[in-house]
Amino acid sequence: MADATMSYQPALASGEAIAARRRFRILRKLLHHRSFMVGFVIVLVMVMAALLAPLTGIDPNKMAIRFRFRPPQDAYWFGTDQFGRDLFTRTLYGAQLSLWIGLSVAVLSGVIGAAIGVLSAQFRRLDSLLMRIMDALMAAPAILLAIGLGAALGPQTHSVIIALAVAYIPRTARIVRASALVTRELEFIEAARVAGASSLRIMFRHLLPNATGPLLVQSTFVFAYAILAEAALSFLGIGPPPPAPSWGNIIAEGRSFAVQSWWIMLFPGFAISLAALGMNLLGDGLRDVLDPRLKVEG
Amino acid sequence: MAAPLLEVNDLTVRFRTDAGWMTAVDRVSLAVGEGEALGIVGESGSGKSVTALSILRLHAGPTTRMPTGKVMYGGRDLLGLPMRDMRAIRGSEIAMIFQDPMSSLNPVLTIADQIGESLRLHQGLDHATARRRAVELLDLVRIPDAARRVDEYPHRLSGGMRQRVMIAIAIACRPKLLIADEPTTALDVTIQAQILDLLRDLQAELGMSVILITHDMGVIAEFARRVMVMYAGRVVETAPVGQLFRRPLHPYTDGLLAAIPKLDVDVRRLPAIPGSIPDPTAVIPGCRYSPRCPMVQARCRTEAPDLLPAGPERQARCPPRVAALEHAA
Repeated sequence: MADATMSYQPALASGEAIAARRRFRILRKLLHHRSFMVGFVIVLVMVMAALLAPLTGIDPNKMAIRFRFRPPQDAYWFGTDQFGRDLFTRTLYGAQLSLWIGLSVAVLSGVIGAAIGVLSAQFRRLDSLLMRIMDALMAAPAILLAIGLGAALGPQTHSVIIALAVAYIPRTARIVRASALVTRELEFIEAARVAGASSLRIMFRHLLPNATGPLLVQSTFVFAYAILAEAALSFLGIGPPPPAPSWGNIIAEGRSFAVQSWWIMLFPGFAISLAALGMNLLGDGLRDVLDPRLKVEG
Repeated sequence: MAAPLLEVNDLTVRFRTDAGWMTAVDRVSLAVGEGEALGIVGESGSGKSVTALSILRLHAGPTTRMPTGKVMYGGRDLLGLPMRDMRAIRGSEIAMIFQDPMSSLNPVLTIADQIGESLRLHQGLDHATARRRAVELLDLVRIPDAARRVDEYPHRLSGGMRQRVMIAIAIACRPKLLIADEPTTALDVTIQAQILDLLRDLQAELGMSVILITHDMGVIAEFARRVMVMYAGRVVETAPVGQLFRRPLHPYTDGLLAAIPKLDVDVRRLPAIPGSIPDPTAVIPGCRYSPRCPMVQARCRTEAPDLLPAGPERQARCPPRVAALEHAA
């Protein structure tokens, strides 16, 4: 490995330098991990596209009836839809909404799932109650649950986020709980208790940091699932409301014209696949690097 | 003798197992004076560690019944203390170190963070001050190049170093009592000696009391002033260390002493105590050691013996031997 060639300077190294070097080592491993880098580049391009969408100078909601159903051509890279709106611009703006939903769901379900996971690992009496609730949530297919919640909360962007977050919380909670259950049996937890640490402190300072690896990896997958699920929900008519474009609702609106105007659904569909692929590759790479048991050289 | 620092009276700890309730610690009483070193010896499963953990109320869990008895410290019964007060005592007044230094440190936190934890918790130090104190403490436990080590993660330290870090964590708040649960068992012999030396020096320097739990009679001889021998959850003998080695009063102590390898005698096989420690759920009428005792008498199998006084600071749970001692005197 490259580590061996790196010169070690014991006398000069300060504390910050050592901690920094450790972080640097993980970073370097990630940089050498092929699928992580491919995923990272894909996600980076997506994020840039979303952020730079206004540079096209075109209003994504501007209709031009004379130019409706134009196939991809010079002026309209991705063609136009039934109202003559430019699909290239709409797909870029759609990335904003879709990625935002993916990120929000990943963060929300990550935070709440992690909290539930450590809580049930730490307080064994709470465990059976919390886990039964998680089981009940998991018993319903995620998309069905999201449909139900989405219908109850109304077709709004934040209701999509809440619905999907609730649907994905149980999986994250399970993963964090499993990791915390292993950690809590180790002696340093007892040592922390001997030092006078409260349960809260043990949960958030000892159990949670030891579960960050799996949590981070799971969150990247949730991110990808959420983008896919947003598309499915939009397709079913309970996604983010039009006219604001998301990849899902562009496809949903295009489905009536799928036969003659294939391009309406093609490009956002391709964007969804690419985003999901990118996040999955990123997550796989993170797992390889953060999990010391999997010595995979990517 | 002045009032002891810690006085345990009739401590009983029971666990629920599939086979019913078992008594892990049965009416154990002990006292530790200020600055005193008490050794607790016994085989695995004799209840030494459970006794220590129960002093700090670390026996939580649905399978444990609340211990009965009294654990008096500073005029208060620790068993009846609210959890908040108990936490304030843990780590600051009574500290503990464990057997396995490899798993006693959190792998994702630096040494500075872990030593600093109890300082910040109990003394409210800020991060920078706690880190400086951590460096001083590492110096105190003789870790070379402390200023650099303090920011490293545990996986970069050897077992002996980690145990030194554990000791540094334990003494961070200048506890009055340190409970060391087999602190040297997981280390190799040369490191064992260093760690024991360190503990003894620190004890003298900081004037703290130490309860040392071990199954190694050699460690006891070197470290403790008074020894308590436990068997199957009960105290079978207590004595000042010299008297215990010169004239043990319980047949179990005989057995433990006989099992120490001797440098001046050439032996092929060390003597062992026949049989093994009884299943804690088993009901043994009479003396619990009687099935393994080489000098068992008829009444040993029927009458449960009491812990009998046998001179100043001495007690033994073997009526025939105590009677013989009195007869001789």
